[in-house]
Order: sequence, then C-alpha cells, then structure tokens
Amino acid sequence: MAGPRTDHHVILRVVAKPLIPIIALFALYVHFHGDYSPGGGFQAGVIIVVAVVLYALVFGITPAMRAVPPVFARSLAALGFIIFAGVGVWALIMGGNFLDYDVLFNEEPGGHMGQHYGIIAVEVGVLFAVAGSMLSIFYAFAGRVTEIKDEDW
Amino acid sequence: MIAGYSGADLAIALINVLLLGLLFVIGVAIARMRSLFAIVMLSGIYSLISATWFVALDAVDVAFTEAAVGAGISTALLLGAMLLTARTAKPEPFARSIVPILVVIATGAMLVYATIDLPAFGDPDSPANTYVGTDYLERTPQEIAVPNIVTAVLASYRGFDTLGETGVVFTAALAVILLLGFGERSLSATFNRKKDKK
Repeated sequence: MAGPRTDHHVILRVVAKPLIPIIALFALYVHFHGDYSPGGGFQAGVIIVVAVVLYALVFGITPAMRAVPPVFARSLAALGFIIFAGVGVWALIMGGNFLDYDVLFNEEPGGHMGQHYGIIAVEVGVLFAVAGSMLSIFYAFAGRVTEIKDEDW
Repeated sequence: MIAGYSGADLAIALINVLLLGLLFVIGVAIARMRSLFAIVMLSGIYSLISATWFVALDAVDVAFTEAAVGAGISTALLLGAMLLTARTAKPEPFARSIVPILVVIATGAMLVYATIDLPAFGDPDSPANTYVGTDYLERTPQEIAVPNIVTAVLASYRGFDTLGETGVVFTAALAVILLLGFGERSLSATFNRKKDKK
C-alpha cells in the first residue's frame, strides 16, 4: 500500500502503528483479568481481531493476510470450539456431567481447582473461537475487494 | 426539583434522558439517510452511545461487549459488506413506507404499554433480583471462588449457554465462508482479473 499515491495517509499509519500492539496487549489484559473485572474471552477475542482489522485497514489486506493467514484464523476458530467442548468431554470422562468442572481433578468437596482451571480453559476456548471466527468473517468480506480508493468513500 | 428527583438521582435521570434522546435522534437519522457509509458510521455511534447508557445502568459487562462488538467489529464488517454492493440505497416511494411506519408505531406503543408493568430500576423485589440472582450471589464465593460473579455465571453455572453462543459465532463464520469463500483465493482472483485488464 505504501507508495506516493497513499502518502497523505502517513499520519494514519504513524498513529496506527504503535496503537496496534497496545490494542493486542489490552485484549490479553481483558482476557486474563476476566476473573476480577468485566471482560473475558468473548470481549478479548473481539478486541484482538480489532487490532488485526486496523492493521488491514491501514496497511492493506494482503500484508494482514501475510501476518495472520486466513487458514490460521479458521483453524483457530475450530480449535477454540474443540477446547470448549473438550472440557465438557473431559468432565464426562472423569465421571461427572458435561461441563461440570468440580470433577475435573477428582478433588475433595470444597476444592476450587477444577472450577478455576475449567473456567480458564473454557475462556481460552471462547477467545480462540471468537477471534478466529470474527477474523474469518472479516477476511471473507475484505478478500473480495483489493483496495479501497479514496474516491470510493 | 423536576418530578421528585433531586441531587445525584436528578443527574442520573438527566444523563439517561440525554443518552436515550441521542439514540432516538440517531435512529431517525439512520432511517432517513440514503448514504450507506453514513449509515454504517451512525450505527457504530449508536452502539457506542448505547454502551455508555449500559454503563449508566451499571451493566458494565454488557457495555463492554456492546462497545467491542457493536461499535468495533460490526462497523468494520458492515463497511466490508458495503464495499461489495452499491454505496447508496435507492429512495423508496412514500406510499410503500406507510405500512412499515404503522407496524413500527403499533409495536412501539405495545412496548411502551408493557414497560408500565416492569419493576422499577434496581428494585430489590424484582424477579431478576429475587430468585436465581440472589442464589448466584450467595453461592459463588463458596462454590466457584471467582471474584467476578458475571464470569462465574457465564463460564460455570451457564456453561452450556456459553458453549451454545460460541457455537453460534463459529457457525456464523462457517456460513459467511460458505457464501463468500475463504478470502485469500478470491483476493488472488481479483488480482489476476486486474492483471488481465492491463
């Protein structure tokens, strides 16, 4: 994208460049702080996709697809859903109900390790599934248009 | 003071009126506009203002999701969808919008009529605050031991629902991929078409 024709977007590119890692870092904060404050896998997944979408909007869709390949995005979505459902199956194998985190580690009643690790695993699944799905949707739309000319707006 | 409100209550009431008024104005503007770009931008602003309003209602988790999904990603997705079609909507003849206006007015009147029976905001005796809500608040520290009760409800008590929601998002991605393709192949196809033209 960088060329004499798009040079008047230089401020946009300079401002977006430091923002993108901060957005990604904020997504991780939202994810891992979800136990204590508003947020969690769903919001974190969306925010991390926003970082990639911003990169694609400012620097072009082709560099974005080179940085985060579409095949990675859709595999991530499938993997996330498998992780979530896998925790449920893990609970089934340990002799409990589907998604019953209390039985995950065969601990004494009153222990909270199963709940903690179950919730963490499930949130990771949601993060992967939401981030991968949203990015796949964006790529499906954006892949149809090569670049947006200024006159088109 | 106005209608029995005073002090902080009055400030909150005024903020609510202001935010809802803004939402109403934006809704009318969206309905009257023809430029799809402006409509997409306004719907992003609509989401952002409703997120602010959710904060005013103490629903921070919902506000967070609305800001991230409604104002962030769906604006970008709608822009992407807009680029695949025309930039302006065709003007509709007024005669064709009479029936939709009547339907909207009737639905709105029914909804306003239904709000008369709703419990007051923050009412401790409301159904949302009496049955399972209090149960979750009482049991979470012993059963789940997670400080944020919303996370406990979302990931543990209602794990099935969250699994279903994740499935819905995944299915949405699958449906879009089935309709539009993966993206990278159509991108290279567009590039090839350009080269052929040259």
